[in-house]
Amino acid sequence: MTDKITFDLVTPERLLLSEGAEMVTIPGREGDMGVMSGHMPLISTLRPGTIVVSGGDKGDGTYFVAGGFAEVTGAKLTVLAEDAVNLSELDAAGVDARLAIAEKDLSQARNDGDRARAQELIDLLRNVRAQA
Amino acid sequence: MASLKSLRNRIASVKATRKITKAQQMVAASKFRRAQDATVAARPFAEKMGAVIQNLAGGLKDNPGAPRLLRGTGRDEAHLLIVCTADRGLCGAFNTNIVRLARQKIEELQSAGKKVSIFCVGRKGREQLKRQHGHLFVETFEFTGVRRIGFANAQAIGKRVLEMFDEGKFDVATIIYSKFRSVISQNPTTRQLIPAPVEEQKASGGTVYEYEPDESEILADLLPRNVSVQIFHALLENVAGEFGAKMTAMDGATRNAGEVIDKLTLLYNRTRQAQITKELIEIISGAEAL
Repeated sequence: MTDKITFDLVTPERLLLSEGAEMVTIPGREGDMGVMSGHMPLISTLRPGTIVVSGGDKGDGTYFVAGGFAEVTGAKLTVLAEDAVNLSELDAAGVDARLAIAEKDLSQARNDGDRARAQELIDLLRNVRAQA
Repeated sequence: MASLKSLRNRIASVKATRKITKAQQMVAASKFRRAQDATVAARPFAEKMGAVIQNLAGGLKDNPGAPRLLRGTGRDEAHLLIVCTADRGLCGAFNTNIVRLARQKIEELQSAGKKVSIFCVGRKGREQLKRQHGHLFVETFEFTGVRRIGFANAQAIGKRVLEMFDEGKFDVATIIYSKFRSVISQNPTTRQLIPAPVEEQKASGGTVYEYEPDESEILADLLPRNVSVQIFHALLENVAGEFGAKMTAMDGATRNAGEVIDKLTLLYNRTRQAQITKELIEIISGAEAL
């Protein structure tokens, strides 16, 4: 592998990460996909999940995202996530805080789409907590 | 002529005021830096999102299947104004300017026979609008106690706005906030949120994307998020503007206090001198009379 893909992870508050990587696996709405340099242009929404960076400039990393969307142009991958955090920096308190918000969202959800989305996030967070 | 004691008291009180305004100015300056950094850091997200939406919306606008947030309700009757102001005063005409623009807009819409409701964000705006337009309030939000405005705050507002839209409470939503230009200049601005404005497509030479899931579903997913992003953007600009305005206002106040102190000190010294002179004359003329 010679060519790297530029990966930008952006949250509303700041640019969380910008680096080159050999492959980035993102949780697309219709299934996980690995994005490498030269990938065809694509826009996809994301489900809550983890982004795995392999062969990154700053090493490998795993990031938690609570949904958002990704844009791929040949040499660049941009992920816009409403909430994203490096999994190694996510502690129990952080998970619990997010879980509380997600549960509130679920109780207030007014249509099936919102409900499913909140449930998905809760499941993921429970999973993360179980592993931690 | 004022007595020496009362002059001394006044000088002391103005000095105390100057200390406070000076401190306020320095606090505002450091908060301003932080607010400005936050605004800059938030820009890439908003820009990217805007670009993708414009890209998608251009092709879907006239499609009857387009999401309602893009198409609108097809009416232009009920307007929602989201008025964003600061929670605190002592920042010059910052809040007043926003409120003035809001009033103008309200009158404009009302004289055109539209129904207006107001969503008040920030304490100062609510206070200033309450007397005249209090009956139009549908919701108020405050950030007292919030140290740094995060995306979650904006999301809460966005969610409420979307709920009201789903309930059919309004057809058009406009946000009024202060666009930050520099420390001395903040422009009150209005921006339409719902339906999302679509610019005329420029020569579409962009990349052809594959969409997953399809375009209208992505758009339906993105538009509600975009409302929150836009609100967040407005809030950040507002915070930067507020502290900028506060810095300028407090700088002016500190300088004015300095001037007043100089003047009072001069008056104090003159009065004291006059009194001494008077006493001397009394002693000398007393001695001469003997």
